[in-house]
Amino acid sequence: MTQSPLATYQPEQRALALIGGEATDTNLRRYLQGIPGIDAVGLEARAADLGTRSIKTSSKRWAIDTIIGLIDLTTLEGADTPGKVRSLVAKALVPDPGDPGTPRVAAVCVYGDMVGAAVTALGSAHAAAGETEGSGVQGVRVAAVATAFPSGRASLAVKLADVRDAVAAGADEIDMVIDRGAFLAGRFGQVYDEIVAVKEACRRADGSMAHLKVILETGELNTYDNVRRASWLAILAGGDFIKTSTGKVAPAATLPVTLSMLEVVRDWHRLTGVRIGVKPAGGIRTSKDAIKYLVTVAETVGEEWLTPHLFRFGASSLLNDVLLQRQKMTTGHYSGPDYVTID
Amino acid sequence: MNRLAIPKTYKLYIGGKFPRSESGRVYEVLSHTGDFLANAAKGSRKDARDAVVAARNALGGWAGATAYNRGQVLYRIAELLEGRRAQFIAEIMSCEGVNAAVASAQVDEAIDRWVWYAGWADKYVQVAGNANPVSGPFFNLSVPEPTGVVAIIAPQGTESLLGLVSAIAPALVAGNTVVVVANENAPLSAISLAEVLATSDVPGGVVNIVTGSPTEIAPWLATHADVNALDLVGAGDLDWVELQISAADTLKRVLPPETGADAAAPALNRILAFTEVKTVWHTKAIL
Repeated sequence: MTQSPLATYQPEQRALALIGGEATDTNLRRYLQGIPGIDAVGLEARAADLGTRSIKTSSKRWAIDTIIGLIDLTTLEGADTPGKVRSLVAKALVPDPGDPGTPRVAAVCVYGDMVGAAVTALGSAHAAAGETEGSGVQGVRVAAVATAFPSGRASLAVKLADVRDAVAAGADEIDMVIDRGAFLAGRFGQVYDEIVAVKEACRRADGSMAHLKVILETGELNTYDNVRRASWLAILAGGDFIKTSTGKVAPAATLPVTLSMLEVVRDWHRLTGVRIGVKPAGGIRTSKDAIKYLVTVAETVGEEWLTPHLFRFGASSLLNDVLLQRQKMTTGHYSGPDYVTID
Repeated sequence: MNRLAIPKTYKLYIGGKFPRSESGRVYEVLSHTGDFLANAAKGSRKDARDAVVAARNALGGWAGATAYNRGQVLYRIAELLEGRRAQFIAEIMSCEGVNAAVASAQVDEAIDRWVWYAGWADKYVQVAGNANPVSGPFFNLSVPEPTGVVAIIAPQGTESLLGLVSAIAPALVAGNTVVVVANENAPLSAISLAEVLATSDVPGGVVNIVTGSPTEIAPWLATHADVNALDLVGAGDLDWVELQISAADTLKRVLPPETGADAAAPALNRILAFTEVKTVWHTKAIL
């Protein structure tokens, strides 16, 4: 395959070249609404079909350990305390005290004001910024939700201050929400500019960047076509990851929605050679569900996406179910909820 | 003119629903003369696992219901059994090869036993609990509480309905939820009892009935970490010592197999076997 000229462009130039001009409402609307629509029935059938794969024995063992390593262990409650964050971090580091061979999760995901508590609790286990894979024991990253999560209904200045606070406190990753109101009203330029501004706010004092995950909140976008457009918009604007949901709106992540986002990521990779990450979040509670997502990722964008840099699960209760499955595979008998921590 | 018979294929009873076995297997239920009676689902270890999940989810509601309410719900089962007498008698006659009088006597005794146990629901705590004498100004009270999820291997011999009732009723009285592996050769009573339970006031998941091979399923229940107690009353023909040993790994309460005419005879001790004693201290008011 010949490399597209887009691959050689700087990210901003690339977006402008694709949109065909400045990122104005008119240009973006022309571009995004020119994207072919989605065959909803076909998409759901494809997702259902991928969900029927049978993953057993050694493959399941591999899948379970992979899932643990891809989890963003999350607590996003109004009632979060530093103590709750500390116990979350303890669980992230040693998911199953009965089996020290259990891999660590990829990251902990907390509200911005809890980043400090999470970083302190992680201590030396905190993945240093810019750390690469393969450097021995995997560090755990700290992700913070920001930009007036979960509704995103605040002024840009407030959202940017929210992001800067979290980055300054030591967050490695920022999970921002897009302004769904603006998106649904067709003000694509505003959504685009916000993502660009938030991305800039992710810059640390030393010039390095916190990873930016863009939450589309697909449960509020109503159609698969809108999900596809929002995915393109987020990637054009410079998001490193696209994430389905906040977990505060039902429906949260579903397999068809994630599949449609993965298709955008696959197309973007073909177009530019750049790999964008995907994070389904909310509503994934069982190992069985999570394995369906692994299959979908491997079949849509390829197995190289199954690393923490390119795929994550946003989940809180998923980890316990995966640990129960893992214990079942290790001991040969069924385990129970008494053998994993409550939170 | 002869009507074409409609052979039935029964399903499991898990979480208040009637699912097919996850494995898709069925086995033939034969009459005492070897004629085909029906197909029953041949439950697998995964069906047992699902049943334990359902039982665990139902435990809070059932154990938390008032004793009086549990008694009423159990009594209601006896009422429904009474209404289905004819069906149970016909099934017992075809499965066990007994005459109508014997079958009828078995059904009567099963119904009486439900009523007897139902009456205990709001009384056993008074009998088994205690206000303990202590040397201080305290009340010291011991009360029995349900153990949790009880896995039962139903009696496998004759008297299929009476055996099943004698095993599950006492476990339910205290507020336990049960997963029962039915009589393998004569499962029709268990299946019909499931239909009775589904139309009674028993919340879904309180009783879960898995038909199939106890030899295959029992080891998975004995080792299951989310099962709190194991009643091996009908496991006499299995390697039940091995089952006891594996149950000990997760500290389950275990009842041994019973055989003979008075197996699982009605007794307060069968209720108390699946209870845990909680003792609380409380200061006395000093006036």
